[in-house]
Amino acid sequence: MSLEILMGQVVVGLINGSFYALLSLGFAVIFGLLGIINVAQGTFYMLGAFGSWMLLNYAGIGYWPALILSPLIAGAVGVVLEKTLIARVYKLEHIYGLLLTYGLMMFIQGMFVYWFATAGRPYPVPLELRGGFDLGILFLPKYRGWVVVASVFFCFATWFAIEKTSLGRTLRAATENPQLTRAFGINVPALLTFGFGAGVALAGFAGVLAAPIYSVSPLMGGELVITVFAVVVVGGMGSILSAIVTGLSLGVVEGLTKVFYPPGANMVIFVIMFIVLLIKPAGLFGRER
Amino acid sequence: MSDSAQQNGSCLKIADLHGLYGDSHVLQGVSLQIARGEVVTIIGRNGAGKTTTLRAIMGLLDKRSGSINVWGREVIADPPERIAKLGVGYVPEERGIYATLDVTENLLLPPRVGEGGMALEEIFKLFPNLRERRRSQGTRLSGGEQQMLAIARVLRTGARLFLLDEPTEGLAPVIVQQIRQAIELMKQDGYTILLVEQNFRFAQRLADRHYVMERGRIVDMIARADVASQSARIQAYLGI
Repeated sequence: MSLEILMGQVVVGLINGSFYALLSLGFAVIFGLLGIINVAQGTFYMLGAFGSWMLLNYAGIGYWPALILSPLIAGAVGVVLEKTLIARVYKLEHIYGLLLTYGLMMFIQGMFVYWFATAGRPYPVPLELRGGFDLGILFLPKYRGWVVVASVFFCFATWFAIEKTSLGRTLRAATENPQLTRAFGINVPALLTFGFGAGVALAGFAGVLAAPIYSVSPLMGGELVITVFAVVVVGGMGSILSAIVTGLSLGVVEGLTKVFYPPGANMVIFVIMFIVLLIKPAGLFGRER
Repeated sequence: MSDSAQQNGSCLKIADLHGLYGDSHVLQGVSLQIARGEVVTIIGRNGAGKTTTLRAIMGLLDKRSGSINVWGREVIADPPERIAKLGVGYVPEERGIYATLDVTENLLLPPRVGEGGMALEEIFKLFPNLRERRRSQGTRLSGGEQQMLAIARVLRTGARLFLLDEPTEGLAPVIVQQIRQAIELMKQDGYTILLVEQNFRFAQRLADRHYVMERGRIVDMIARADVASQSARIQAYLGI
């Protein structure tokens, strides 16, 4: 086996891992802040991708503006859903949030299948990112390099915003003790709406990044979210940094499995999940409660 | 009654307050009144409803009815964040220090709700321990330091009415002394304080008046001047 194949799969793994990281990060933000297990995270990823496709095909708005607009639109959808539906289940057990978001996923995905059918639609790679770099041992398409750089940057920007800024300080306080935080004059319900919108926007951002690589289809998120779920379970629920690290590394593990034992590639993450659950049920970085 | 209360600068006025904690009807018609600049305690045995009264004022109960008036504004239906914004600083019994925030972050968390809050530097002067430990995780502090932090946290915000719930509970005498100095300083500066306290000796030296609470109601009021002559009555109330 050549180094070229190995490196090629590491890159593919990093790209997949970038999407795992972005999606499980949004998942962690939402679960940490709201206690909602957001199964619809993959649907918002699909919305982000479709948003950019529609902006291009209906309004002639290209990739770069879409990279900002489409996550904002997805985030706005998230804000409306939080206000009208999600906020009603905070006081109930986790299972209700899961069922509600599952229902949302079926509903939104169903509408898109009805309108657009399930066939994938291509989205062009932006001109600036066509071509690639010959790194000697492998050829790296520019766009794929961009995806990894952009998602790693966004992941750490999110981490920084939560750990090192005053907004993040308030978000952490609201996560830890929402009632007391309100008693200090902080509008926690508004923060929760914002947090949900931000988590959804992160998924939407991942969707725009994904559009030129994978084809844009109503089902693209439903497939991904199952893997993301496994990533979240392996890393431990609710931790920002673990979502990033676990997402990227499991992507690479998956890529390497393709080299060494191709039939196992689709299930290696689930095998790891199984082992982690046996040894450390709270996840690799999770704390037992 | 309410007119005269406005005239002598009533800061907090509670009338016929009922409050439910889950299914239990803890507050059964609490009425009390505090003038601007007063330090008033609520004393009484465990389970009388003292902590619940403070939580009700902050809007932290599931259900409450009656009237709570803060600076002349009815807040019985308001959410906690709106009540805090009127200039109310809350120091809960469990102290409520955030584990995910360090000491400085805990201090900086509550937004300003009024003019004239203390600067960080003044707070560190008042509680030097906090300066030394400002990078520590909030819950790594000792009990006494956590209490100082809980008080310091609301001193920064410019709140003028403070609800302090058992600030000396379980603390060493040296720390209790420091807490008392802080409260005396607050009193000198004209802050209004409603203090729930089991330690009557501590409360006695600070308060202008004492409300006695029993089974969810205020049953008596003892002025500072009467404390000495009424000590048998007080002891009976507290079950000492």
